[in-house]
Amino acid sequence: MLTAENLPRPPYKTYHEWYASQDAAHLIRKTQDAENIFRKTGITFAVYGHADSSEKLIPFDIIPRIISAREWRKLAQGIEQRVLALNAFLDDIYHKQEIIKAGRIPRALIERNVTFLPEMIGFKPPGGVYTHIVGTDIVRTGEDQFYVLEDNARTPSGVSYMLENRETMMQMFPELFTLNKVQRVEDYPRLLRQSLASLAPPGCKGRPRVAVLTPGIFNSAYYEHSFLADQMGVELVEGADLRVIDGRVKMRTTRGYEAIDVLYRRVDDDFLDPMTFRADSALGIPGIMDVYRAGNITIANAPGTGICDDKAIYSYMPEIVEFYTGRKALLENVPTWRCSEPDSLKYVLEHIEELVIKEVHGSGGYGMLVGPTASKKERTDFAEKLAARPDNYIAQPTLALSTVPIFVNKGIAPRHVDLRPYVLVSDKVKIIPGGLTRVALKQGSLVVNSSQGGGTKDTWVLED
Amino acid sequence: MLGRTANGLYWMFRYIERAENIARLVDAGLRVSLTRAGSSDEDWHGVLESAGVREAFSQVHTELTAADAIDYLLRDTSNPSSVMSCIEFGRNNARMVRTALTRETWEATNECWIDLKARLSRKLKQTDLPELIDVIKHRCGLIRGAFHGSMLRNDLYNFSRIGTFIERADNTSRILDVKYYVLLPAVSQVGSALDNFQWESILRSVSAHRSYGWVYDGEYQSANIADFLILKVQMPRSLAYCYEKITSNLDYLAQTYDERLKAHETAAAIRSTLKRGSISDIMDQGLHEFLEDFVSRNNQLSAEITEGYRFYQ
Repeated sequence: MLTAENLPRPPYKTYHEWYASQDAAHLIRKTQDAENIFRKTGITFAVYGHADSSEKLIPFDIIPRIISAREWRKLAQGIEQRVLALNAFLDDIYHKQEIIKAGRIPRALIERNVTFLPEMIGFKPPGGVYTHIVGTDIVRTGEDQFYVLEDNARTPSGVSYMLENRETMMQMFPELFTLNKVQRVEDYPRLLRQSLASLAPPGCKGRPRVAVLTPGIFNSAYYEHSFLADQMGVELVEGADLRVIDGRVKMRTTRGYEAIDVLYRRVDDDFLDPMTFRADSALGIPGIMDVYRAGNITIANAPGTGICDDKAIYSYMPEIVEFYTGRKALLENVPTWRCSEPDSLKYVLEHIEELVIKEVHGSGGYGMLVGPTASKKERTDFAEKLAARPDNYIAQPTLALSTVPIFVNKGIAPRHVDLRPYVLVSDKVKIIPGGLTRVALKQGSLVVNSSQGGGTKDTWVLED
Repeated sequence: MLGRTANGLYWMFRYIERAENIARLVDAGLRVSLTRAGSSDEDWHGVLESAGVREAFSQVHTELTAADAIDYLLRDTSNPSSVMSCIEFGRNNARMVRTALTRETWEATNECWIDLKARLSRKLKQTDLPELIDVIKHRCGLIRGAFHGSMLRNDLYNFSRIGTFIERADNTSRILDVKYYVLLPAVSQVGSALDNFQWESILRSVSAHRSYGWVYDGEYQSANIADFLILKVQMPRSLAYCYEKITSNLDYLAQTYDERLKAHETAAAIRSTLKRGSISDIMDQGLHEFLEDFVSRNNQLSAEITEGYRFYQ
């Protein structure tokens, strides 16, 4: 919030004045109010592996993160470029594979990747869109320095927190929204529905029927699934509600089976169709891939997009962006060592105490090592795993992440954050101004994942 | 609407209704133990029986004590009909059909769960019981109120209401059936203190001890009590009232969907039995036989609705 001279950074100026006029006890009470709102509404998530704590609240911080219109425009351009490149990349690897032929990416990295789906080869999804909804994780290291930490092109989650955080802030501090002109995020559900409907299969007549597919109430993101279905005004379905009948995917209603045109699925590829993928999946719909390939349903995001989330693929993103857009990537990648390469592996093992090491298919902060804060034993154990399966890992330097203020009982304290803006892709790209800011609540920590004790805060993009 | 959603609403409201009814049963049981000289823990047999868990209780407890019975009925999650289990199942169903509920209804349900989970997580002390039972009734009342005040009157509403009244009819008939012998006119006992107690406890377990007084001038008479709980359409927990509601909600569904199912016939037949019947005929036929038959037809209706509206397949 403050510059080196201890003055508020320009976007925080109005907020800072307001904050100075507030009574600390009042703000502590507001923090408690926020928690009650979340608990009452049932905005919870599940942490796997904790039998007793099946429903947890994500801690919410009442100080918004504020981004100026100028900063945002710059970011948005970079994100749009990246998202277009990702779609072009997916189209290419499932068709002509020019990027492989041009020698920019090793063939094995694509074709032997578990997230690469041979079933998608030669198939063009409706509208040519693969990733309808993308979340790009971004960190900041300096005034104008942004890095992309990872791409979430499969099923980015967290957008309900973006919306509920804003809702909560407006309920608690309405005056702040008069003092500051904050760009709207509330349109997201409507835009999502429009975007999904616009990519209905070509044969769809009338108003496309959209549904959200959830694994069910025990899934960690169930709240979000029900929230989005509710906000969009579409059915929330489970695999057991759906069946393939006469070449269409239909849902069982109280009046019989009715066809669905667009399925926003929050179920992983592996579980989508037990006839094509994992036979033991009870979450999916037998035969849906045949309907999909026949062009009778749109699946968002398309199966096989998960390869973009692969952290080894990530390391090639500068090449990917340049290859498909003809321009240098506007947003920088964090330098990444691919442990599959012997020289890199050697370097990583020698510098393990300086690096962050991640599984290529990992997510949610599981299965990673943060070298500088890990114990000696943790490092040694991890080095063994790394040496045994080098191609399962990448390593990155720990960045000097910028901090934002959070509210603690003693006042304000700096914490590290990242930012996940949400992007909708149809015939155009729409980026919601703001996104989900995740905070590492522990002092000095760099891990922001909610499953690892991170929190969230409202994110404001100011109007010009 | 999805068949699974209809199922979720139906069971959500059945469980909320059941939670409240169990709380009433415990309340009536407590009342008896407090006011009746010579009452013993054995009296809880009847309460467990009315709740349909006497067998299950005896599998976990070798002896019957009031404290164990109350604990089993209110907070034991190994008992699928305990208040805690019902609230847990009710809320899980509500989560499943979250998109079909108004925010008010969902929040009332979620807050009920949060509150009761906290209160029922620790062992109960006798002094806490009156307040606890009030809270359960109060929380369930809030869900009902939020539901009434905010839900669209469409098929979602109809399935929820049908769930409520199928459950309520089941509960009322079970309470009566367990106590039917109390209502059998036996000349030697009429007017005795024992009868008055038992009769009052029946009325209390359906929150009807006051309203009975208004309708029947306060005189406890076995035939009147049976009449009140079976045939009196003004009495909101009577079988007749439940079937007025069930048939009207089923009729709305038939209109909306333009389709009459087997369930409609069954419901209409049960309703007409209740509408045309007289209490003396029922007593002559045998109260127990009548109630046994009613419970099985009520279950049959539930199965037909489940199938006809594709709850599971």
